[in-house]
Amino acid sequence: MKHENDVIARHPKDPAALLDVLRDVQALSGRVSDEAVARIAAHLKISEAEVRGAATFYHFFSLTPRGTSTVYLNDSVTSRMKGRTAVARAFEEAAGCRFGEVSPDGRIGLFPTSCIGMNDQEPSAIVDGVVFTALTPEKARAIVRGLEAGTPAAGLVDRFGDGANQSELVRAMVANNIRRRGPVLFGAHESGAAVRKAVSMAPEQVIDEVKRSGLLGRGGAGFPTGLKWEFCRREKAAEHFVVCNADEGEPGTFKDRVILTELPRLLFEGMAVAGYAVGAKRGILYLRAEYAYLRAHLEAVLAALREEGLLGRRIAGSKDFDFDIAIKSGAGAYICGEESALLESAEGKRGEPRDRPPFPVSSGYLNLPTTVNNVETLATAARILAQGAPWFKAMGTVQSAGTKLLSVSGDCERPGVYEVEYGLTVAELLELAGGAQAKAVQVGGPSGQCIAPNGFGRKICFGDLATGGSVIVFGPERDIFEIVGDFMDFFVEESCGWCVPCRAGNVLLKKKFEKVARGQGTEGDLRDLEAWGKMIKAASRCGLGQTSPNPILTTMKNFPELYGARVRKGEDFVPEFDLTAAIQDGCTAANRQPLCKENLHE
Amino acid sequence: MSEIKFTIDGKPCAGKPGQTIVEAAKDNGIYIPVLCHYEGLKPVGSCRICTVRVAGRYMAACTQPVQEGMAVENAVPDLEDMRKALVEMIFVEGNHFCPSCEKSGNCELQALGYRFRLTVPRFPYLWPGRELEAAAPLIMLERNRCIQCLRCVRAVKAKDGRKVFAAVGRGPRTTIEADRKLAAKLSEEEARKAMDVCPVGAILKKETGFAVPIGRRKYDHVPIGADVEKGAGR
Repeated sequence: MKHENDVIARHPKDPAALLDVLRDVQALSGRVSDEAVARIAAHLKISEAEVRGAATFYHFFSLTPRGTSTVYLNDSVTSRMKGRTAVARAFEEAAGCRFGEVSPDGRIGLFPTSCIGMNDQEPSAIVDGVVFTALTPEKARAIVRGLEAGTPAAGLVDRFGDGANQSELVRAMVANNIRRRGPVLFGAHESGAAVRKAVSMAPEQVIDEVKRSGLLGRGGAGFPTGLKWEFCRREKAAEHFVVCNADEGEPGTFKDRVILTELPRLLFEGMAVAGYAVGAKRGILYLRAEYAYLRAHLEAVLAALREEGLLGRRIAGSKDFDFDIAIKSGAGAYICGEESALLESAEGKRGEPRDRPPFPVSSGYLNLPTTVNNVETLATAARILAQGAPWFKAMGTVQSAGTKLLSVSGDCERPGVYEVEYGLTVAELLELAGGAQAKAVQVGGPSGQCIAPNGFGRKICFGDLATGGSVIVFGPERDIFEIVGDFMDFFVEESCGWCVPCRAGNVLLKKKFEKVARGQGTEGDLRDLEAWGKMIKAASRCGLGQTSPNPILTTMKNFPELYGARVRKGEDFVPEFDLTAAIQDGCTAANRQPLCKENLHE
Repeated sequence: MSEIKFTIDGKPCAGKPGQTIVEAAKDNGIYIPVLCHYEGLKPVGSCRICTVRVAGRYMAACTQPVQEGMAVENAVPDLEDMRKALVEMIFVEGNHFCPSCEKSGNCELQALGYRFRLTVPRFPYLWPGRELEAAAPLIMLERNRCIQCLRCVRAVKAKDGRKVFAAVGRGPRTTIEADRKLAAKLSEEEARKAMDVCPVGAILKKETGFAVPIGRRKYDHVPIGADVEKGAGR
């Protein structure tokens, strides 16, 4: 107990430290107990209810025990396609408990979690912070045996991935799977060239250069980066901030993980360039909890950059530009990829989105002007500074300049990251990745669109198929209804619960969808699905609810024949309650035969 | 400060800089239904019932400031239907039994149900299991009726600023919790405030539920929004 006191007391008596305290307590004790809640509340001078509020918001915190060792097995469509079910069963049999539980001796806890950014090497899991990829039932059993024998999770890693994954500070079995190196992110870059170029110009000129390049935000929304920086710079305030959004949580996205692993210098340089442009002295990298295994590596790169004069005081030979970067960790919440939720989380609170206006550029981190940019956007901005706007603008399409890093996974021969020029068609991408037989492609993750072969001629670019980078390929044998159901589960699970349409609407929409998927739907149910989906999109407060009906709406649009075949034509009403099935269930539970099967309704 | 000119459903309106659409509409005699907003508290846009449309974009009128030249669509059929649907969602996601509720007649959710002529919701009832919390000496938290508007979270604070109520959990499992230690110390006055700020019967001050008999309550004779609309055309 004394130990727990120590880890709490180590933190400043500031509510902003809440998530950091919770993380330490969770790591030490495997849970946040009532006593810990009381101590944390007293230390930070907030109410216990507030502490419990934050502790119950994030996947990786828990009020109840999660075991001496905790297995977080990724639960996504792709992982299931790659054999998750058998792996999960192996974990359960070996540990002697079900998922969502802790083994009777308290040593192993098994829990599901949303996409951990390893979609190209599923099934994957995070065990005590260590990533395990390409799991098989045998490996799952070996992990449990090892943990029970007292081997730390890191000692159970039997091979390392490529590149920096092998380095002393990472030592991860994660593979980069870089399938195509494009000229922007993977082009030859002299470290420091972008910052040196930036500080030789006026900040307004830097902004102008980025504006002229046509760079649009790479997270998916596509807001012009130069304009965002300009808005931020224009705000008068004591301090400005640059925040890098490294919380890629969209299922199927893992391209930022590769940038963080292999190109952290370029990313940090981009942050320094942004800092110079907007007038910030401090930058924050908000790193998703799932990528915590990269933190020591990233800290070492930051230290090296300070050593080289590329971070710290008067950087890159400038007279008066000071800039440094700190890393803040998330704790497992998809919603924190939304920029205002990310800021709340970075301030140590529940990751609930803010109302806009005011936008982060005027009132962001600590209510100070903040530019929040995606990992890829910042790395790209550094390259634009080094190579010039015309070089960048010459690539891609008129509306979407440059290249995009795509994360391709699912039913294809070569899953991994591809840096491609905007304007590439889906068919061309499938050709590259070896997925030409696809029945459907999910572009932009669950919040994006599910397209059918008749749409494979469409282009990946803003204005057609915009994507934050997730591309999931579904082969001919996949069941679209199962995929859509999984995606809806994901949104229901990841909704923050703040607003009614997202919190309640998605549950109701999912129920209605399941009715149709079970073959109990009517044409009226399809009309309801469409109407309710549109309503949730229109009324929701943030991007999550504004896109969560997309799995249903885009498959209804692109695969109308599937829905048409599922509904009962000519029937006006089919009740959701299936009396026949319920009676059979009841009889099974009571170990009885229905009195007379012929008498059952149907 | 100059006046902001805008329209609601074509009617010319005037607002003050920084005013939200809901507030400015009220000054112009137009009622925009909203549940989570409470005068004097920072708006949070959680119920979304005040959703309006401006230039094709949907926004919560309780959080959106008025801007010069804005053409706000408010009482149009599709928005009214969306609002009704949101009220229905709130009804089916909790367990609301008006006849046995201490707040009946003073309940804003019930009053909106009447305003939108709600009979049967289009959604199936979810019948969630929710726990009642009555440990504090002066108040009880009847979660079956909680609509998570976050009014109590914003309004009720200890003297040192700590929150007495907080949201816990996430997504559909989100609930409102009263801090045990702080809730135990609430004064009579603070407990009354907590009950009054709650739009539904989720926070109740003990032993006062029926102090005013049903039939003589706020919305028993005057529908919600009528006070605002009566001033129309000032």
